[in-house]
Amino acid sequence: MHAFANPTRFLSLARPLTGWLGWAGAVLALVGIIAGLTLTPRDYLQGETVRIMYIHVPAAWLGMAGWGGIAAASVAELVWRHPLAAIAARATAVPGAVFAAICLASGSIWGRPTWGTWWEWDGRLTSMLVLFFLYIAYIALADASADRGGGARVAAIFGLVGAINLPIIHFSVLWWRTLHQGQSIGFTGSTIAPSILWPLPLTTIGFTLLFTAIILMRMRMLLANAKLEARQRRMGGAA
Amino acid sequence: MIAGLIRRDARRGLRAAGLPVAFFLVAATLFPFAVGPDARLLASAGGGMLWLAALLAALLPIERLVAPDADAGVLDQLAMRGIADETVAAAKVAAHWLGFGPPLMIAALPGAALLGLDGATLGRLEAGLAIGTPALAALGVTVAALTVGLRGAGALAGLVVLPLAVPLLIFGAGALMPGDGQALKLLAATALLLTAGAPFAAGAALRALRE
Repeated sequence: MHAFANPTRFLSLARPLTGWLGWAGAVLALVGIIAGLTLTPRDYLQGETVRIMYIHVPAAWLGMAGWGGIAAASVAELVWRHPLAAIAARATAVPGAVFAAICLASGSIWGRPTWGTWWEWDGRLTSMLVLFFLYIAYIALADASADRGGGARVAAIFGLVGAINLPIIHFSVLWWRTLHQGQSIGFTGSTIAPSILWPLPLTTIGFTLLFTAIILMRMRMLLANAKLEARQRRMGGAA
Repeated sequence: MIAGLIRRDARRGLRAAGLPVAFFLVAATLFPFAVGPDARLLASAGGGMLWLAALLAALLPIERLVAPDADAGVLDQLAMRGIADETVAAAKVAAHWLGFGPPLMIAALPGAALLGLDGATLGRLEAGLAIGTPALAALGVTVAALTVGLRGAGALAGLVVLPLAVPLLIFGAGALMPGDGQALKLLAATALLLTAGAPFAAGAALRALRE
């Protein structure tokens, strides 16, 4: 892992990887979306609205995986002080928040015709909303503390605290829901038919590759910004 | 040394306890204005509102928990004496609770009267606050250590604390239902985890301050 502690070595790998992952992800996601919109049959129960699944499921996965990545990078920052860990965590936060928001928005759009409401205080919806707020808090905290000594560690501590709290939040929200009347939602008992399911892995892998490419791109941006600032400070000192 | 630190911080907290307590009562008073003075509605939703008011009141003292000591160099002095940051953080949590928890529990008495809660619900509310306020204090100290010296630290602290406090609110309000000991136990479990974990997170944040 410390082989990539050198930003130059990391960049020499990240630069070509960004394009490869990005284009492969974009093509896969596009193929999956087009197939999902045109080739698959409509669902006998949900009709055409089932097609939003091809966006919704990858967004939900990436929204959660994003915080997993932040937690892993936070551990790397706190334990090994890996120089790229803080940058990786900061680069992950914004795309993670965006995918969590896409998950919430697409779920809401799906819920309007299917459940008859834009928002339902369902356990999973609510914990995704709290996760989105945690992302916002992380971004605000990381941005505010970036230019202070030890700022990277502040964000890492919050990333880890959030990761430990997420399962508690999730289960507390689920438990809270069971207090109220149960909602007969979801695919209870029935699994998704293979004829509908097959584009889903395509969009999931596609969006995941895109997500990785975006993170690499943002990491390169943050590294370039740091380099620029260091150079400006050096020039300012010389003058 | 540690006892002195706790004593000093608790005294300071108690002296400033009027602010969160007054805020708590004002927030509880605003609730009937928002939903109407229907006694039945207030009695059924009032306990949850008091929990929400307690959560908001817990945000107020955050800015002055760690920042004054960081500015005055007290934290550096403690570190030079070889006192672990985790110990300092644990002392701060204990002191903050002493200056925040009991006043809030006392303020919940007039708050409950204002919203017309019955005696049994008030008992369950006080039990929940007794268990939950240490966790609120622990969260407050942790976030205070994380946001010391940042621009807009107060607003930032609110943004950071509230999502993390969701389980406390859910279990605390859930424990208000009659005959539900389960919620109280879950509240205790959550509060124990938060209170036990806070000194380590806050200690790490205090150490990061010196970098």
